[in-house]
Amino acid sequence: MLQYPAPLDLAFQALSDPTRRAMVERLSRGPASVSELAEPLPMSMSAVVQHLKILEASGLVASEKTGRVRTCRIDPRALSAAERWINERRRSVERSLDRLGAFLEETKETQT
Amino acid sequence: MTAQTAPAVAHGTFTIERRYDASPERVFRAWSDPAAFRRWFVEGEGFTIHEWTHDFRVGGRSRGRFRFGDESNDTWFNETEHLDIVPDRRIVVSYVMGRESPAGPVRNSASLATTELVAEGAGTRLIYTEQGAFLESAGDIALREEGCTGMLEKLARELEDAS
Repeated sequence: MLQYPAPLDLAFQALSDPTRRAMVERLSRGPASVSELAEPLPMSMSAVVQHLKILEASGLVASEKTGRVRTCRIDPRALSAAERWINERRRSVERSLDRLGAFLEETKETQT
Repeated sequence: MTAQTAPAVAHGTFTIERRYDASPERVFRAWSDPAAFRRWFVEGEGFTIHEWTHDFRVGGRSRGRFRFGDESNDTWFNETEHLDIVPDRRIVVSYVMGRESPAGPVRNSASLATTELVAEGAGTRLIYTEQGAFLESAGDIALREEGCTGMLEKLARELEDAS
């Protein structure tokens, strides 16, 4: 369905909401129907469907209707774009900030 | 690769917070003192530094060339411009990173990086936010087919940590 990854902006916006992250986490364990997705969530079915629409628009989730059941699954392509970006930059900054912490520890006595 | 495999540039933003048991003045000095900056930021295990200049003032440019691992690896470069500096409080830079190739430099990202220092008790809370354009690989991400479960859980955890 998706020919190319959705822009990262949409993926990050979609993941900025805790309910949608919970839905994505559930789907990362395997496909689920809309009612299975809704079951643990303290909200109406129509609210769940709204969240699902945002996840689908971001390209993170794809769904498919078979008979009366709509099954949702993760689409790995949009995610790999987001993941690559975060990993590349974030890891490198975290390493630097760890080294800054070590540097501040080591120079504690000599500077105040 | 055809034109319709675009988007060619991916955008992303992330924030990292750390707390250090050191005053904002001391944390700031880790940037403003070139020897200190080189020690924690430039040098790193496994890195060979070919060149580093540090010009820490508004409008000042820093440039580094370095390699990770052995000589078979590419030489990378970092070009940084200091956009805003408020002593003991804030450092805003823009920077480009890329690798050298026989055909010339290949820039792979261009970012705005904001570091804020907030006094917290006897220590400092550091908030680093990076907003960037990832220039190189977005096109071929479309061609990668990957399993996603482990990756996704990792991403979800990272986003949880960040929130």
